[in-house]
Amino acid sequence: MSDIETYKKELLAQGAKKIFTKTKNLTDTPFSYCGGCGHGVVHRLIMEVVEELNITHDTIGIAPVGCTAIAYEFMNIDMQQAAHGRAPALATGIKRTMPDKYVFTYQGDGDLAAIGTGETIHACNRGENIAIFFVNNGIYGMTGGQMAPTTLPGMVSSTSPYGRNMDTHGYPLSLTELVAKLPGTYYVTRQSVHTPANVRKCKKAIQTAFENQKLNKGLSFVEIVSNCNSGWKMTPVESNKWMEENMFRSYPLGDIKLPQ
Amino acid sequence: MGEDIQLMKGNEAIAEAAIRFGVDAYFGYPITPQSEIIEYLAYEDPYNKRTGMVVIQAESEIAAINMVYGAAACGKKAMTSSSSPGISLKQEAISYMVGAELPGLIVNVVRGGPGLGTIQPSQADYFQSVKGGGHGDYNMIVLAPSTVQEQYDHVGLGFELAFKYRNPVMILSDGAIGQMMEKVTLTPQLPRENKILDWATTGKTPDRERNYITSLYLDPEVQENHNIKLQAKFQRMKDTEVRYEEIMTDDAEYIIVAYGISARISQTVITMARKNGIKLGLLRPITLFPFPSKRLFELSDSLKGILCVEMSAGQMIEDVELAVRCKIPVYHYGRMGGGVTSSTEVFEKFVSLFLK
Ligand SMILES: Cc1ncc(C[n+]2csc(CCOP(=O)(O)OP(=O)(O)O)c2C)c(N)n1
Ligand code: SF4
Repeated sequence: MSDIETYKKELLAQGAKKIFTKTKNLTDTPFSYCGGCGHGVVHRLIMEVVEELNITHDTIGIAPVGCTAIAYEFMNIDMQQAAHGRAPALATGIKRTMPDKYVFTYQGDGDLAAIGTGETIHACNRGENIAIFFVNNGIYGMTGGQMAPTTLPGMVSSTSPYGRNMDTHGYPLSLTELVAKLPGTYYVTRQSVHTPANVRKCKKAIQTAFENQKLNKGLSFVEIVSNCNSGWKMTPVESNKWMEENMFRSYPLGDIKLPQ
Repeated sequence: MGEDIQLMKGNEAIAEAAIRFGVDAYFGYPITPQSEIIEYLAYEDPYNKRTGMVVIQAESEIAAINMVYGAAACGKKAMTSSSSPGISLKQEAISYMVGAELPGLIVNVVRGGPGLGTIQPSQADYFQSVKGGGHGDYNMIVLAPSTVQEQYDHVGLGFELAFKYRNPVMILSDGAIGQMMEKVTLTPQLPRENKILDWATTGKTPDRERNYITSLYLDPEVQENHNIKLQAKFQRMKDTEVRYEEIMTDDAEYIIVAYGISARISQTVITMARKNGIKLGLLRPITLFPFPSKRLFELSDSLKGILCVEMSAGQMIEDVELAVRCKIPVYHYGRMGGGVTSSTEVFEKFVSLFLK
């Protein structure tokens, strides 16, 4: 028995009440993400929803290239690791050959909105019956904090050391609003996980995305605006505050396209 | 019941074979000279009318091969086809498929390059196909059809080998074979299998651990061991999967080594030579990887020379030279950039190189 299990037993014996259990859909491998990073929370929410909907045995997830390239180390379900940006193409291959399965991609903003723009837009446009979970932290976390398509105007990154300059770097790109305009998307929403209330809302959105797959009406696209405290060079608390004050202005939270 | 024989284009034979061999999915993107493959499949509409096989015109060759990856990782028989520039785009994902040990079939109906090149036939993608093509140390079995019948048969064989080794297989065809019409004996329709394979991502059932498909092993020791395992697999291919055809090699003093359309042209050269009393034979590799090196080495003892005929600047010749270890002279003859060699040209070249 692990130390944690022994400790839990002891606490219960002392009369402690169990108020939270880790979903069985997460492995016991500790997250390798930086402390304070939103990725871990999003992982947990997706895995909880899959367990609660009782679709574990029918769900296939796709990990991107980015900090979450190893999401399969933590998500205790069948998973595929994709080349950078190509997760929606993999998802298409899976869903079309196994239409009864639940398929989701998990992608960062570099993965989804830069190198994978084509795959993202076309999977949305074909109305693939999949869910895309898009974690937008405005930066390339994995490779050490370079500018992403979603990096805010003036924001400093290792490849925009003097701040993002729209004249030369172009403008922040919001694929979420863009794909909402396509008839192939069924549900498009933007969430965050930086407060307990937002976590609850986000979980509901993730659940809706999975439930929609049963209806065969098109693609569900859930953006989660998140922090990259390491890449932003802030403490977790500072990063959440900065996110509220800056990211949400460019990427306002809420539903963008709801099922008719 | 009589044999089911049809007159077909090489490209159509591939498409019909895909349906008949029970392939689960085809993902493609138009490019000359192989667009008939996706057009034929679109017209046949196997998803609704024949076997339920999925056919998707993807937004790019990159998307198409990554769709293959997704379906293959579920244990499905998935394939794509393209021609040279499109195959260049697929290389990243082919490398990923080898790394993640995924089966799948890639058809390259080669055209002239480099760059946008020409839509005329060529064999200049030999290096790219046989030596890896994408990043990392890897190989895949490369089949080289020289008839429309073989175009058809190699689809079945390709999938058999892809699943046997859990590695992608390539059919290296060319614009000439893709476009020419010949009769093909068709095989009976095989069912799509819908097998649940123990390694595939079909959903984690309570009775097993999760399956995950990845080529990522960050720990160098683990990655090195993974590479060692892959190399052992490529060695097994070399030991067991070499295929070739020999024509009049028994008494030959010289041989031509040629594959695909060049082998067809060279057959006429053999006939011409024999009429002139020259003991010329042909060795036609059917697998380009693994290459019939051992057989060439054996043959070289009794040969005076080898002519490699390829529609390229001379790529396969490197493997022939390696095989015979410089024991006998080896020359190349070929045209480039879409130029097709004639048998007379090859014969004259042979005579001037070896007999003058
Ligand atoms: C073809 C290719 N190009 C570049 C890279 C290097 N790379 C790895 S992760 C990454 C950016 C990931 O950023 P993002 O998608 O925002 O995810 P995050 O790490 O922030 O979660 C890049 C460029 C790669 N692995 N493959
Ligand atoms: S680098 Fe950024 S995105 Fe990656 S784990 Fe750390 S905080 Fe999260």
